[in-house]
Amino acid sequence: MRLHAENLSGERGGSAVFSGVGFSLGAGDALLVTGPNGAGKSTLLRVVAGLLPAAEGRVGLEGEDPETWPSVGAACHYLGHLNALQPALGLAENLLFWQRFLGASLLEVDAALAAVGLAGLGHLPCGALSTGQRRRAAIARLLVSRRPIWLLDEPTAGLDRAAETRFDAILARHRDDGGIVLAATHAPLGLAGAVELALPGAG
Amino acid sequence: MSQTSASTHSLSDLANPTRFLAVADRLVPWLAGAAAVLLAAGLLLAFRAPADYQQGITVRIMYIHVPFAWLAMLCYTLMAVAAVGTLVWRHPLADVALKTAAPVGAVFTALALVTGSIWGKPMWGTWWVWDARLTSVFILFIMYLGIVALTRALEDPGRAARAAAVMTLVGFVNIPIIKFSVDWWNTLHQPASVFRLGGPTIHPSLLWPLGVMALGFTVLFLTLHLMAMRNEIWRRRVAAMQRIEARRAERPEAVVP
Amino acid sequence: MGALFRRDLVLGLRAGGGALTGLLFFLAVIATIPFGVGPDLGLLARIGPAILWIGALLAGLLGLDRLFQADRDDGSLDLLILAEARHLLPLTVFVKCLAHWTASVLPLVIASPLLGLFMNMSPPSIVATALTLLVGTPAIAFIGAAGAAVAVALPRGGVLVSVLVLPLAIPVLIFGVSASYAATADPDPFLPPFLILAALTLFLGVVGPVAAALALRFAAD
Repeated sequence: MRLHAENLSGERGGSAVFSGVGFSLGAGDALLVTGPNGAGKSTLLRVVAGLLPAAEGRVGLEGEDPETWPSVGAACHYLGHLNALQPALGLAENLLFWQRFLGASLLEVDAALAAVGLAGLGHLPCGALSTGQRRRAAIARLLVSRRPIWLLDEPTAGLDRAAETRFDAILARHRDDGGIVLAATHAPLGLAGAVELALPGAG
Repeated sequence: MSQTSASTHSLSDLANPTRFLAVADRLVPWLAGAAAVLLAAGLLLAFRAPADYQQGITVRIMYIHVPFAWLAMLCYTLMAVAAVGTLVWRHPLADVALKTAAPVGAVFTALALVTGSIWGKPMWGTWWVWDARLTSVFILFIMYLGIVALTRALEDPGRAARAAAVMTLVGFVNIPIIKFSVDWWNTLHQPASVFRLGGPTIHPSLLWPLGVMALGFTVLFLTLHLMAMRNEIWRRRVAAMQRIEARRAERPEAVVP
Repeated sequence: MGALFRRDLVLGLRAGGGALTGLLFFLAVIATIPFGVGPDLGLLARIGPAILWIGALLAGLLGLDRLFQADRDDGSLDLLILAEARHLLPLTVFVKCLAHWTASVLPLVIASPLLGLFMNMSPPSIVATALTLLVGTPAIAFIGAAGAAVAVALPRGGVLVSVLVLPLAIPVLIFGVSASYAATADPDPFLPPFLILAALTLFLGVVGPVAAALALRFAAD
């Protein structure tokens, strides 16, 4: 499968934040979106996901049966700034909900929690977890359902060194399985052979 | 000076939840037993007592209705004391007492309302009238539920406790005002007949079983309240242990050299 | 979809959810009415069904602003919209409405016969009012979802939701109350207004979620 973007431009509050962005990613590829604050990194990810309309250009999938992934958004995992975890529910309850709701189960909840180093904490309410643990729980959500394209917005915010290393391994495994990664970040991610897309920012 | 430090020491001793749990564990079976005996005796006496020549058998509901109504008010008074304890002395058990008394008080108030309307149906011909006494108890019931909702609405027990304490005290100073204004508004309920100047107007043959029942229900209330406080302390410990467990889960990686 | 229903239900009922608050508000509204109009039992019995309906309407609107706000606050809303290919967005909204109704409005319907006693209503009148509430209140949740979706992007949308939704809910109120009265007033038939009420619920059950889904898609930013 290939993810294509041509001549994309996005706007925020009526003014364009980036324009003329294009890329083409195949299985196992990664795109690292960098740029100063306000350059439109988050906006680009949301446009790709289809959460925001593109001001110009288009995003599309190629070489894939439209039955399996009818739209780009359907093929995406989106990890935004917020973790999409309800603090009143237990960790495993939250993940189990997302697995049931998103479908296409991949890993069991316990296995996904173990992969991010939260093994045995599934019974805790999310409110009891630290910021980094919540971020890791949100990463575990990427593992409970299968989606070929991962859109990651500052995925390592709040993670410590050990968790970052583990996250790099998770990304590498996803790419080995033919997945595509788009990450917007300031921090260096361990994405070997990633294409870098530098958004120029205002000016 | 030494007096003060000694008194704070004994106060903090009492405040210690672990000691409280130990005392509660020992007290609860005795209190429960006493409540059972008193209530059994009270019921026996109540059914031996002569029936009212006007009201017939229905008067016997008084033996549970009146204690429920007393306890509804006693419980609110207890909560007001606990609220002062929370706000002024910041006693850690006071907010537990306040939080756990509210649902128990709400249940007793609801029982007072229900038994009252079962009594009222044959006497007044209707389940409910907007009479002064009934209305003020109904408002008390809503106030209980409001405090229950408030203690449940906030995650952090400390903040929830202070908010509930303020509301309880505002309610407590408001109760006399509500009572008087409602009295002016409309009345049908019989006037107080037990505690009043010049001695009770109620016949001693009815007063004895009523007294035993009231005592029995009060002991029952204390038992329930102690058990609820014990549960709440345990619940908070579970929450604290969950946070500790979440923190401890990070440690092994850090310890490995 | 079953998972979404269960999650929203659990969130509504668990500590901090709005289920108890709505019930309490209903109780408080009903309790204050006699102070306003006086304790005349005949009068209370006459206006009882209308008061119960207005109380339920206001209490039903109370928690509506949280319908999507909680999901927006933690980022879940984006994921619900993204999963559109698998779960049609209007259907997602419909399920959320149902869960909201079950957690916060159904208790009101169950409590309404008791409050009918407080209003000195006759048993047939109480049964009729509870029945109309059971059939009519989902319509308020459905039409409210549209208001909640429009207001989700606004920082202080809470009151605005009520202002937006209240006029739209008036037909539901009209037919609900007239069906309740028709049950006791002899010449008026009960069935026609009751069936219109049911039809309104079914109609709004389609229109509300579709409009809400549209608004949510525009509100995403």
